Amino acid sequence: MAEQATFTAVLLETLLNMTVFSITCLIAAISPPLATTASDVPNDKGGAILVSWLPADNPGLTGYRILRQAESNPTWETLGFVGRLARRYTDDRARNGVRYRYQVVAESTTETAPSEPSDFAIASPQWFDYKTLPALLGTFILTFISIYFIRRARRDRSLFIRRIAGLDAVEEALGRATEMGRATLYVPGLSSMADVATIASLNILGEVATKTAKFGTPLIVPNRDPIVYTVAHEVVKEAYTTAGRPDAFNSDIVFFVTTDQFAFAAAVDGIMVRERPATNFLIGMFWAESLILAETGAATGAIQIAGTDAVHQLPFFITACDYTLIGEELYAASAYLSREPLLLGAVKGQDYAKAIIITLIVVGSLLALTVNLPVANWL
Amino acid sequence: MKRRLPLLIVLATGVFGALAFFVPHAAVRDVDLTMRNDVLRIIAAFGLILGVGSILRHHLTKIQRRAEHWGYSWVTIIMLFASAVVGLFGGIDPRTPGVLPTRIGSFSFHIQTLYTSVMVPLAATMFSMLAFYMASAAYRAFRARNLEATLLLIAAFVLMLGAVPLGSLLVRPLPDFAEWILTVPNTAAKRGILFGVGLGTIATSLKIILGIERGWLGGGS
Repeated sequence: MAEQATFTAVLLETLLNMTVFSITCLIAAISPPLATTASDVPNDKGGAILVSWLPADNPGLTGYRILRQAESNPTWETLGFVGRLARRYTDDRARNGVRYRYQVVAESTTETAPSEPSDFAIASPQWFDYKTLPALLGTFILTFISIYFIRRARRDRSLFIRRIAGLDAVEEALGRATEMGRATLYVPGLSSMADVATIASLNILGEVATKTAKFGTPLIVPNRDPIVYTVAHEVVKEAYTTAGRPDAFNSDIVFFVTTDQFAFAAAVDGIMVRERPATNFLIGMFWAESLILAETGAATGAIQIAGTDAVHQLPFFITACDYTLIGEELYAASAYLSREPLLLGAVKGQDYAKAIIITLIVVGSLLALTVNLPVANWL
Repeated sequence: MKRRLPLLIVLATGVFGALAFFVPHAAVRDVDLTMRNDVLRIIAAFGLILGVGSILRHHLTKIQRRAEHWGYSWVTIIMLFASAVVGLFGGIDPRTPGVLPTRIGSFSFHIQTLYTSVMVPLAATMFSMLAFYMASAAYRAFRARNLEATLLLIAAFVLMLGAVPLGSLLVRPLPDFAEWILTVPNTAAKRGILFGVGLGTIATSLKIILGIERGWLGGGS
């Protein structure tokens, strides 16, 4: 009798466990992702398809497995696994022109639930990136304004450009070096030729070298980048020839030092301390070494003209140098120094483009503050 | 031709580089990537040869003329060749030895060891000197000689005080005010400069591509 009761109890317990398990399974059953779509990634060079889906409410979900099937091949291949919060997946291994469809499989620790396959999609390359349209329009506007003022500069050679103190001081600084019989040091930054600031610096170097050649002032141009060294060498050589002093040029004026940032800073500091140049030009792209160079130059008593578009280094130069070319002044420098009408025309165009931008900012800000237009979000 | 060829190359590569920004197609983008990555590296390698030639010429001339401190030029030349020989024939690090023995007892002089034991501490020394230079530059900047310097001094004082716990203890809203200085007037000024830089970059590129700016060729027409 006791055995029968025990058997009944075990049986009831087993049935109860099975019922609880079934209910748990029913509750934990995951539902498949909905509305799986596949489309070509826009504005790209091809080879990519974007798969997106709507997730269902799945408490036990661990993630999604992405499957792909090419139209010519019946088998589904696994592309990858993404987390449960993902809503999209970019297949960047698609071949252009091949039709693919995708399936997203919701997975928990015990179950899987595949979605309906998406429609077929084809990856294709695009010839224009529509995201760059505002940049293209802006470039066109600036180009047209610049060309207009360059053409105007051919006729009217008296274009007004505001005074830039740092550039007015160039002649004075070179004159000082000449009078003192000491050298002029020109550092064209530490960046490569790929940096526009370096190109702008080399343009200024040409003007400075022409003047040092005329004045007979020794010039020292240390370089960090081998390609910049090569270009700087040619610029100075050409400038000496233009000034009618090719005999005064020697290859020791422009030299390569090292590609290492702080080794270069140490070398230039050494030149400042040993050679005691009367004038230092620190023009181009600089990083952490900017203050090391500028402070050493200030300690040697040299007149210093710096110029950079590196916003974070500007305070150091403003503090330690006598004159600083801030941002765009660096790009206007060669036009300002040479007074070449065509170059001044381009600078004038740049100023008008800036006026347009300032007007847009002011008008946009006023609209955002006064009228409830989407412009507020755009700003 | 000496001037026309570089100008033509600049025109072609400049226009192509700008085009590659707007055209994502592989026919353009891949060529652009090859130009930027492979071609530039090859040119840089040749540039490095010219650079090493420049170092040698510069220091040999100094030695030849017995210029001031000419002895240090020997140090530069010897170390240049020593590190080149160790790097080329001694392997990269102790795990990948080369044909040249780079260990004498427990003393190792692999190129990686030389780099981490000599170059890195020297660079760190130069970098750490920045702290002293900052102190001297700050002293110069914070002498309130005119209105701008006084404003700079006040702003710096507020920012420094706002960044430490003492600031909020003294004046409760000081950290918020310091944050406001950084995010509003400071950011506005930075953006103003960046607008100018952006326009200047485009205008300079345009001048170079169109051959109006020839300063990089040494000036002249």
